[in-house]
Amino acid sequence: MSSVRVLVGTHKGAFVLTSDGKRKDWKVSGPFFAGWEIYHMKGSEADPNRIYVSQTSGWFGQLIQRSDDGGKTWHQPGLPNEAIPPPGPPTALPNRFAYDTSAETGKPLTTHQWYDDTQHPWEFKRVWHLEPSLTDPDTVYAGVEDAALFRSTDGGENWHELSGLRGHGTGSQWAPGAGGMGVHTILLDATNPKRMYIAISAAGAFRTDDGGATWKPINKGLRSQYIPDPNAEIGHCVHHVAMHRTRPDVLFMQKHWDVMRSDDAGENWREVSGNLPTDFGFAIDVHAHEPETLYVVPIKSDSEHFPIDGKLRVYRSRTGGNEWEPLAKGLPERDCYVNVLRDAMAVDTLDQCGVYFGTTGGQVYASADSGDSWAPIVRDLPAVLSVEVQTMN
Amino acid sequence: MNERAGASQVRVALPYHLRNLARVEGDVLLEVPAPVTLRAVLDALEARYPMLRGTIRDYGTGQRRAFLRFFACAEDWSLASPDAELPEAVAAGKEPLLILGAIAGG
Repeated sequence: MSSVRVLVGTHKGAFVLTSDGKRKDWKVSGPFFAGWEIYHMKGSEADPNRIYVSQTSGWFGQLIQRSDDGGKTWHQPGLPNEAIPPPGPPTALPNRFAYDTSAETGKPLTTHQWYDDTQHPWEFKRVWHLEPSLTDPDTVYAGVEDAALFRSTDGGENWHELSGLRGHGTGSQWAPGAGGMGVHTILLDATNPKRMYIAISAAGAFRTDDGGATWKPINKGLRSQYIPDPNAEIGHCVHHVAMHRTRPDVLFMQKHWDVMRSDDAGENWREVSGNLPTDFGFAIDVHAHEPETLYVVPIKSDSEHFPIDGKLRVYRSRTGGNEWEPLAKGLPERDCYVNVLRDAMAVDTLDQCGVYFGTTGGQVYASADSGDSWAPIVRDLPAVLSVEVQTMN
Repeated sequence: MNERAGASQVRVALPYHLRNLARVEGDVLLEVPAPVTLRAVLDALEARYPMLRGTIRDYGTGQRRAFLRFFACAEDWSLASPDAELPEAVAAGKEPLLILGAIAGG
């Protein structure tokens, strides 16, 4: 029998929500890592019992946690909870994210642009996003702040920077947005293991076609009012990017303002905001079975991070953008002033596609009918930072 | 000093979240080689509880994390040299080394 597992990262811990394929009755487990910020948690498609978690704290720094039993128990990779470690240097450093400073590839990567246009040293702060390999449960990518991409090939025990991203040429010009400067989106191409997309606030989107060795900015066609140069290669505040796995050349982007589309792997973008009531927002995702059906949650503006008129609505386009319909059934119609963050929307792959999103007010909403109707799974969690879904058939 | 020559049983009081991370209740007891310095105690702590690596001292620099403080015998040792010897009462296990998270909020 089919089932779904919704992985929810919040401002004060992680939660696992489970249901059968009907998605009506839910079991809530957690909080795990209570009191810690859980920026992201995501399961491996190659082994659904393998789940990676980014656990972070302003006091205690960054930790990586892993489950090998579908979220029942957790440990830091390579560090069994109860065992006394053998003497000698540790072989697992799961929480160490050291920027490449090697003479060969890392030496030039010393500074990036700061708010006042001066240069500022790269400083690791936290992991924003974890993206497990589609084929190997021990391989996982981490998008971090300050913006860089790391990879582990031993289940998260050790991490190494893919420094070609910072080193591709414009790294010294990248600058943080209001929320920091992090790699928040990592998309893996299921048809081409050498191709990957990432996005950075506020540098833009980038693509590699050689497994992460070299990278190319893919921001042509993006327009940002705070960047006077209409052809600026970098500097755009990309909030999130989504794609359908069967069409990895087609990308959908929620930019700071504007919903954008590319049909050529990011080489060119065009706006598809169409009749949206506002094209500001953070989250965007694509229907599991309909590559032209996408979802966004319009947010009033960059100054007011909540829905228009207190009405929380998902907007759906069945035409790949431009033509949007509001989805309101089951969602608050008044007095709702929450936000939906960039990693807080996901879809399942059941025949009737489920759509999920979490809010900064602690609600996680689910739709078992592609967005036609919604119901809260939980209403009172801490602020939701991320939502991911695992579908078990 | 304990029966093992040159080593002390040192008590360390961890903040709530680090006790949970290390899966311990109450103070941690560590065997620390002499001289008993802050660095020696933290080295012993991280060797026994590797899940705490990086949570007290920054991985890259080895420096105390900004929002943590160290106290011993009612004195703030946060800015002391990590190689200074801790008070005898701490080295003898009579008083704990306190690791505290800075209070934030209001």
